[in-house]
This record gives sequence, structure tokens and C-alpha cells, in this order.
Amino acid sequence: MLAYLIRRLFAAAVMLVVIIMVVFCIFFLVPEWAGVDIASSFVGKQADPAAVAAVREKLGLSDPIFVQVWEFFKGIFAGRTYAAGGEVTHCAAPCFGYSFRSEQAVWPVLTDRLPVTLGLALGAAVLWVVVGVAAGVLSALKRGSLWDRGAMVVALAGVSLPIYFTGLLSLAVFAFGLKWLDAQYVPLEQSFTGWLGGMILPWITLAFLYAAMYARITRATMLEVLGEDYIRTARAKGLREHTVVGKHAMRSTMTPLLTMLGMDLGALIGGAILTESTFNLPGLGRAILDATRNQDLPIVLGVTLITSLAVLLANLAVDVLYAVIDPRVRLA
Amino acid sequence: MVTTQRIPGRRKQTLAAAAVTAALLTTAACGDDKEDAAGYDAANNKVLNASTKKGGELKFAGSQDADSWDTTRGYYGFAWNFMRYYSRQLLSYKTEPGKAGAELTPDLATNAGKISNNGKTYTFELRDKITWEDGKPITSKDIKYGIERQWAQDVLSGGPVYLKDVLDPDGEYPGPYKDKSADRLGLKSIETPDDKTIVFHLPRANSDFAQMLATPSASPVRQDKDTKSKYALKPFSSGPYKFASYAPGKSLKLVRNTKWASASDPIRRAYPDTISAKFFANANDMDQRLINGDFHLDLNQTGPSPQGRTTALKQHKGNLDNPLTSYIRYAVFPRSVPPFDNIHCRKAVIHGADHVSLQNARGGPLAGGDIATNMLPPSVPGAEGQKYDPYGIAGAAGKKGNVEKAKEELKACGRPNGFRTTIAVRNNKQVEVATAESLQASLKKIGIRAEIDQYDGAQTAGIVGSPANVKKKKYGIVIDGWAPDFGTVQGFGLPLWSSKYILQSGNNNFALIKDKSIDGLFDSYVKELDEGGQARIAKEINHKVMEGAYYLPFTFEKFLNWRSPKLTNAYTTDGYSGMYDFVNLGLKNAS
Repeated sequence: MLAYLIRRLFAAAVMLVVIIMVVFCIFFLVPEWAGVDIASSFVGKQADPAAVAAVREKLGLSDPIFVQVWEFFKGIFAGRTYAAGGEVTHCAAPCFGYSFRSEQAVWPVLTDRLPVTLGLALGAAVLWVVVGVAAGVLSALKRGSLWDRGAMVVALAGVSLPIYFTGLLSLAVFAFGLKWLDAQYVPLEQSFTGWLGGMILPWITLAFLYAAMYARITRATMLEVLGEDYIRTARAKGLREHTVVGKHAMRSTMTPLLTMLGMDLGALIGGAILTESTFNLPGLGRAILDATRNQDLPIVLGVTLITSLAVLLANLAVDVLYAVIDPRVRLA
Repeated sequence: MVTTQRIPGRRKQTLAAAAVTAALLTTAACGDDKEDAAGYDAANNKVLNASTKKGGELKFAGSQDADSWDTTRGYYGFAWNFMRYYSRQLLSYKTEPGKAGAELTPDLATNAGKISNNGKTYTFELRDKITWEDGKPITSKDIKYGIERQWAQDVLSGGPVYLKDVLDPDGEYPGPYKDKSADRLGLKSIETPDDKTIVFHLPRANSDFAQMLATPSASPVRQDKDTKSKYALKPFSSGPYKFASYAPGKSLKLVRNTKWASASDPIRRAYPDTISAKFFANANDMDQRLINGDFHLDLNQTGPSPQGRTTALKQHKGNLDNPLTSYIRYAVFPRSVPPFDNIHCRKAVIHGADHVSLQNARGGPLAGGDIATNMLPPSVPGAEGQKYDPYGIAGAAGKKGNVEKAKEELKACGRPNGFRTTIAVRNNKQVEVATAESLQASLKKIGIRAEIDQYDGAQTAGIVGSPANVKKKKYGIVIDGWAPDFGTVQGFGLPLWSSKYILQSGNNNFALIKDKSIDGLFDSYVKELDEGGQARIAKEINHKVMEGAYYLPFTFEKFLNWRSPKLTNAYTTDGYSGMYDFVNLGLKNAS
């Protein structure tokens, strides 16, 4: 088990390095190949060559790409000192650099934004798992019934409708029409009820999409499992139906769901861009969207790193949980 | 007996749900602002709801944060307007509606300054009781230091450098952060004989020097409070409000600067207690919240999204103003790309374009603006507006495109059957992409087959701002827009039309104009101290530019801006390109 974990963590670290290098190339090498001088976009309308050169120096754009990548990694573990134009700044570890645009240190930006995204992802996940799995199980058990058809139509709608549609519709109806909710984000430390009021619609909107997918997967898997011999055996032994379903069928149904949950949650922790943009939630998704628009590479890199880490850790957790759920799985 | 038609249960439910949703959406669009709207254009060039009532929180909503709140680095128009809350300059714009709002008036200075030595020396005396947010007096040295920061382009890039270019054209001063003098005030062209006097020695006269002193980049900055590249996160206030909190891209809050003395400030009245701004990623949500009354006005002052505009025009027209801005939207022809090195080919495009279609692509007469017929914004002295129309762009014969004349010009250009070219347009401006498509369609009628290349809008300076790249990519037509940094022909046209401003990167003279007569007129302009003479030269420059057929103007841009009925002292001003003058806005109810 320990050897397995170490191996997986090492693979995760290698993967992170590769991801960072790819992101670096996209933002630095590709524009260079296209003949675009990144530094000039930071100088403003009245750019003069000296200012462009100075900005290039300050951002380290003249250094080879490997030096830039190395400096970035070094900063994360050992901190980094920036010196340009008579200004010397030390950025303590973990240093993800400074935003090219706002000059804020990136790490505090990430730690400030992460709780918003975590709150959104976890709250929505609870909703979609409970609703999606329950709907899927009921549909499977009442196959062909009105409930089954109704639930699957709703699920189809959930999968088909994009978040920016359901999000805007829910805002129009519940925030601006009925005025049940203000739907403006309030930090949790400021007011719990305000935070709750601001998060309910994003949770529901996000959960609607995922619950639909989970309901469909749960239904399909459950139907397959219910046709297995061991379920028939359990029933033949006289076990009660809720034991057959809850204890035996659910355990097999959970395996693919857990895989999906790990990947979905990991990806969402990197920022639910559409949901955060629709509801103006100041999370990582909005941060990376704004940063991409503004060519703010340090922020893009920081969020990418967190997203990758979250996906890798979530997958690792799922792999470990497999062994718990399904004793046939052994980690070697 | 009453009979009813029976509707099956499920269908009845569906119909009911549809009706409820429609009703809710309509209600949502209506909002709940019960206060009467003052009327369409009620604050356009005139004061609406004049009041001296103090208190309350003035709430801005914006879809975009400032490029920087550092007075040296900010360049966005709305940011300059907003900066008057926390920064003062020697001179500023009058707080009056319309054209008067573009006139200069003393701010930190006691008067408009003494000009001597043939316009090469400017002397200002400072007012009494002008203080920083910690109560210490603002001195002439603080103003000098604030201006010197423009030289530190390696640390503080992004802002305008007019003062740097005028005061140190040879770039001798290394900037305050590399300054070896003990007080780091080594710039020779500014003298501060005492704390109340500041003298500027210009190596060469520049008649717009006073205008440059009114830009935020001429604001005082105190050395001990200069956090260099981090200054934008919390600028030290010299105005009536100071930074309470700022989270870039999220929110901004200013509170009263209790050390600011109203008696020392002839411009700012500081009515609200608090000024706040919240930034939105979802423009539709922002528009709806403005309509609902959650916020008072749009910080960016660029008008609602198309959806919000439709709702506002249909249901809340009385809360809208439609000012003419000083922006001109246009297409420009880089002369390095054949066949645009030939004036007749350029003229063919100007005549062949459907100007009404281009106007509609920009949003129509209300949100797009008036059809532009030349290249000088109507608010700039010397401008003639649509009266000067050398190509008959707005005339009955030409506004839908004059195919006959265009074909004549094509013949003269030696391309009677047209040619192929590429239109370069920013990919992050949907309106500009629509404009490019409109132009593409009208050029097809005269045999010009144009391809559209949508380039990364965040990289404008490195893509279309690089003449070598423009030539390599064969961009024959570039879609762009421009507004003056200050309301004169120099503030608008120098970077666009002067041969001295052709740069290898970050170039704005896209047409690569090298016209000695235009350069000569700019040289004459900077020496001309008489306003009538300045206007005459501006007019001449505009005529020269149009005669060269370097540009196809689209619109003299108009914005359609939302105004909350709760606002007092609301008016648009030419000083800030037709925006509301933020600094003296107040609220009817303090709660």
C-alpha cells in the first residue's frame, strides 16, 4: 500500500512538472513563434522601446524558457527575490510569483479564492450525489414507470442545458423575479446566512447538471447489477429488498460513481468557470478566466497547478477508496 | 351557464409553468425601482437633480477593473475619472456639464499658472491647507516626485508619458528609483524653490503642457508612501476619499479622508460617505442589478450589454443618457501592405463601404454613434463634425456605399477587378468583429475579397502594433478605435499621425504616415499659445489626414449609459469623454 502511494505521488509530481512546462510554452513560446512581443502588451499605449526592454527584463522574459520554469519551481519551495528598476522584493515560499497586472502576490490570491471554489464544489457535490444517486436508484427499481420516464427526461434536460442558460434562468426567476434570494456572494466570515443566500442558486445550478449525469449512470449501472446472479441469490435466500439493494447492489454501483466523483470534484476545485462567472463568485474559476484574458501568466500557472494537484489527489483518493468498497481490488 | 373547455391535466400544468416563467421574466425585467425616471438624456450635457445633500454609499458596478489604480500607471478613461476621488493635480477639469467640463481649472494650484519664456516656463503656487490622508501638507516636492515616477517605466509601466517626453525629450533622467541624488528629486526641468512653489522648465514649448498637468499621472505621490509597483493596491490619498479596501477584480471601497479640507478644494464636493465598486464577470447580471437599483451606475461607462440595452430602452428609457463620446471607431490602412500603398485603392475602400451598415454593426445610432466623416472627435477644438465630409460618407449618395466612385478609384489604382486583402480585428471585441464582417460584405460588391483575421486582442501592441508583423501577415485593413488622452489634436492625433511615433512595437501609427506637412503642423501646434490658432491647426491636420485617405472612419461613438434615479448632480462631461462626472455625484437618500 505504502509503495503504491509513493509510486502514485511520484507520478503525480512528474505530471505536475509536465503540465507547468506545457502551460509555460503556451503562454511564452507560442506567442514568440507567432512573432508577438509579450512585453509590449504591458507597456500601454505610449510604448517606447526602452520601456518594452525594461519590462521584458523585469518579467524575466529574456531568460531561456528553462530558466523561467526553474525559477518558478525554485520559488515554490525556497522563495524568490525579484530585482528590477531599483526595486528589490523578496517573495517568501511558497512563492508563485506576482500578478503581472495587479502586482499582488499570487499565493494569497489563490488562498483567498480557493475557499469560494471549495464551498461551491463541495456543496454542489453533496446535492448532486444525494439527488442524482437517489433518482437513479429509484428509476432503476421502478423501471418503465412514470417516475422513471419523468426522472430521465429531467436528467436529459440537465445534461443538455448549459450552465449559463440554467444559471441565468434561475437568477431571472428566483433573484430578480420572485426575489427569494439576493444571489450576491457574501464571504462566509462576514455572514453565514448571506453566504448561504449567495450559494444556493450556484449549488442548485451546478448540481442540476451533475445530478442528471449521476442519475443516468446510477440507473444504468444499477439495472446491470440487479440482473447479476448474486442479486438473484440474495433474493432467493430471502433477504429483504432494501438489504439486497442497499447492501449488495449499491456496493457495485458505487464503483464507477466514485471514479466520476473523484474526477469531477478534482476538476471543479480548479474552478467552475461558467458557474462562477454566471453568479459572480470570486473563486479560482473567475481568477483564471480574468487572468487568461489579461495574459496574467503567474495567476494562470498558480490556478493550473492547484487544479492539477486537486485532480491528481482526487484520483489517488478514489483509487484508495476502491479497495475499501470492493475487497476484490488490492493495491500492490 | 358557464362552460369551459377541458384541458388535459399534464398540458394544463405545462401551460401554467410556461405562463409563470414568462411572467417572472417580465417582472424580473421591470425591476422594482419605484422612483421616477427623470427622462431620456436628462443628464446629457446638463445637471440633473442638483443637490448638496451628503451621505450614503455610491455604488458602482463594473465588468472590468482598472488597468491600475496607481495614478502613474492607469490609462483607462473611467479610471482617470474615478481617480479624482483620491488624487488631486495642479490643474483639473471643471465640474460642469458638456463642453465646459473639458476646460481646465486650478486644483492644487492657486491659479492657472504663470507662463513665461515663450511658453517654456510654467510657475505654480500651491493652495493652503492641502493635505495628505495622514494630515501632512502636500508640498511641491510631492508633486515633483509624483511626476518623476513616469520615468520609472521599468517598474511602473502602462501609463501615459507625455510629461516625460516634454520635460526630458532626450531621456537623460534615470527616474526616481535610480536617482543618485540624496532627495531622489534630481529631475532638472522641475524646480521646487520652496514647498509652495513649483517651476517647470520645458526644453521646447508645448501648448498642451497645462493639459498634461491635469492628467492623473501628474498627481503628487509622497516618497515615504511610495510602494512602487504595489502602489496601485493602496494609493495614498490627496483627495476627499481614501482606500479602505481593494481586492483586484472583486471589489473596491473608498471612505472619507477626514484630513481633506473642503475649503482647499474648489472642485470636489464629496457628497457620499462611501464610494464602492463591485466587479462582475456576467454582464447580464450586472445590467439587471443596475436596473433593479442594487447599484447606481456603470463604472466602465460603456453602456449595457445588447440584452440589457434592449430591456433598458424598452422599459427604462427615462434612466438612460446617450452622450457623444470622444471616441472615433475606424479602419486604418497600413501603407506597407500592397495595394494600400496606392491612395486610390484606399479611396476605393472608403467609397465602397456601406457606412450605414457599419454604423449598425457598431450598435446603431444610439449605442454605436453618428456616422463619422473625418478623423477629429467633435469635442476637440478645431473639429467640424459631420460638416467636414470629404468623401461624402454621410451624404445621401454615399452613406450606403458609392459603388460607382469606388470602381473609378479601383481603375485609377490599377486594380479594376478588385483585389484580395486581410482585415485584422481583435477577437475579444464582438462589436469590432461584426464591423469587420459588415465591411467584408460591402467590399465584396466592388470586387475586393477580404478575409478576416481575428487576432488575440490582449496582444494588440505586439500584433498590429508591430509594423513588421503587419507586413508579414499582410493586414491591409486594421479595425481599431481611439480617444484623446486630453481634448486637443495633440492629445488625440500625435501617436496616430506623427512620423516620430512610428515604433517597432506598440506602434499606433498603423498607417505609417510620414507626411512632413502633418509633422510640421504638429510642430507649429505645440508652439501656438492662442486657442483660435490651435483650433485652426487642428482643423488643418484633420484635413491633411483625410486627404491622405489613411482612414475609413466608422462612427463618432455614442454610449447609452444607465443612470440610477437615486443620483444627484448627474451630468455628462466632455472632460471625461461623455461619461458622467463621477467626482460630484451624490445620492437623494443617504440610507
